[in-house]
Amino acid sequence: MNFETVIGLEVHVELNTNSKIFSPTPAHFGAEPNSNTNIIDWSYPGVLPVMNERALEFGMKAALALNCQISQLTHFDRKNYFYPDNPKAYQISQFDEPIGHDGWIEIEVEGKKKKIRIERVHLEEDAGKNIHGSAGYSYVDLNRQGTPLIEIVSEADMRSPEEAYAYLEAVRSVIQFTGVSDVKMEEGSMRCDANISLRPYGQEAFGTKTELKNLNSLSFVKKGLAFEEKRQARVLLSGGVIDQETRRYDEATAETLLMRVKEGSSDYRYFPEPDIPKFEISNKWIEKIRASLPELPQERRQRYRDQLGLPEYDAMVLTLTKEMSDFFEATLENGADAKQASNWLMGEVSGYLNSEKMELGATKLTPNNLAGMIQLIADGTISSKIAKKVFKELIENGGDAKEVVEAKGLVQLSDPAQLLPLINEVLDQNQQSIDDFKNGKDRAVGFLVGQIMKATKGKANPGVLNQLLKVELEKR
Amino acid sequence: MAISEEQVKHVAKLSKLSFSEKELHNFTEQLGEIIDMVELLEEVDTTGVSFMSNVTENLNVMREDVSEPGTDRDELFKNIPEAENGYIKVPAIMDNGEAGA
Repeated sequence: MNFETVIGLEVHVELNTNSKIFSPTPAHFGAEPNSNTNIIDWSYPGVLPVMNERALEFGMKAALALNCQISQLTHFDRKNYFYPDNPKAYQISQFDEPIGHDGWIEIEVEGKKKKIRIERVHLEEDAGKNIHGSAGYSYVDLNRQGTPLIEIVSEADMRSPEEAYAYLEAVRSVIQFTGVSDVKMEEGSMRCDANISLRPYGQEAFGTKTELKNLNSLSFVKKGLAFEEKRQARVLLSGGVIDQETRRYDEATAETLLMRVKEGSSDYRYFPEPDIPKFEISNKWIEKIRASLPELPQERRQRYRDQLGLPEYDAMVLTLTKEMSDFFEATLENGADAKQASNWLMGEVSGYLNSEKMELGATKLTPNNLAGMIQLIADGTISSKIAKKVFKELIENGGDAKEVVEAKGLVQLSDPAQLLPLINEVLDQNQQSIDDFKNGKDRAVGFLVGQIMKATKGKANPGVLNQLLKVELEKR
Repeated sequence: MAISEEQVKHVAKLSKLSFSEKELHNFTEQLGEIIDMVELLEEVDTTGVSFMSNVTENLNVMREDVSEPGTDRDELFKNIPEAENGYIKVPAIMDNGEAGA
């Protein structure tokens, strides 16, 4: 029997406000443990949590960027649970009137576009962090308690781990462009739980789902789902049933392991939060937030295609992160050709960042020196082969492209007066190749070009060299 | 009975409480009486009354996003059983938390 995979994702994103969602303590990281908390975060008797206006507006901004409807009447609820990461024994969240609902985002997998519906976007507070000790104790730091979060819940619209990956990439990119969060999965400012079930092809009803946690990077999400997809199929094919449970992804083995049987939603005993009065969001307020949205990845992609003439693929890759997209645009402002800039950013630059596990901003490459280097290639000062050396110097040590080229003596040899003696020297030493060429073996030319390149340490201008060589060969 | 012993056990578990057989019996009875009393409210006709999430008439109460230092940690830690290196020390936590779930 063949199964269809059904995946829905819950994504938590931390909002980068100055203070927490309901209390004025700092919402930043890196402070001494338990120093950025106050009696509101600890829920002492008689304290009054008050909504952070920016957190609410950031939530609206994210919801609008994800094409959601804004609930014009919205309130908060208590989600009750006992756990040491939250001394309140409840989380203030939104249950039945989320700030945003019925949105969508477009993804693309293997050239096929698809809209993934977003059921809801709601605001809530984050919990503290536990560090697990070895001697029977855990250690709690409540600095994160109360940090504003949005939870983005998709519909179960994804049909493969690849689609789930593309969805997360798209959500991350949109949120990053809005500026409400830095959405770094490795640092926990974006987190993902995945729900996955299988059903026989053609069946309408969903199968029993499992929930995957501890998916700390985009690739873990894909790997965890791929493992779970196979595991469920194996259980079902052997006549077993899937239990509704929460499973943890294990990075070391790339497997999912049983964590616990899932509590039902009713176990959280939600009720309206009495401390936070409700919110009425006017059309005027919504339009004000909508007007504050920057150009989003989708719009930039279209502009790159329509106005800059870039291929669809380039436009997509360049807009995956705001950092890359902004860098690309700044490179153009510094005079670079769009396609050349795109080629370098997608090729050498991305390759370097991947192999060094670095972010663009941490390198010495600037839009100015990249544009300068592209200019030197365009005007023939350096060959694209030499440019790779210049590029390495620029991204590692910085500096001006022209100065690097001059200081390192990398200027391309284009002057026939300089090239001709070298060409003839090589020809004199390779009579066999000349004979081969006369006998119609074109490969001989390649060999000769290689020899001359070697003699010039790769600096000969390939275009000029080919032309001169052809003429010299005819003379022999 | 408005509530069964099984349900009370379940709620106790969610609250990390455990009861003796006798306590369980007593709480089931007491909670049942409380639920019966609250159920009186069901007799009120609420047709056409819209959902009310909050008893106050306040709307859009917000503060500006300005941060202030936290409460002194030593003061807060007077109310915790044990601390170590600035952390709150608790019995080992076996599963991951629910927040953000």
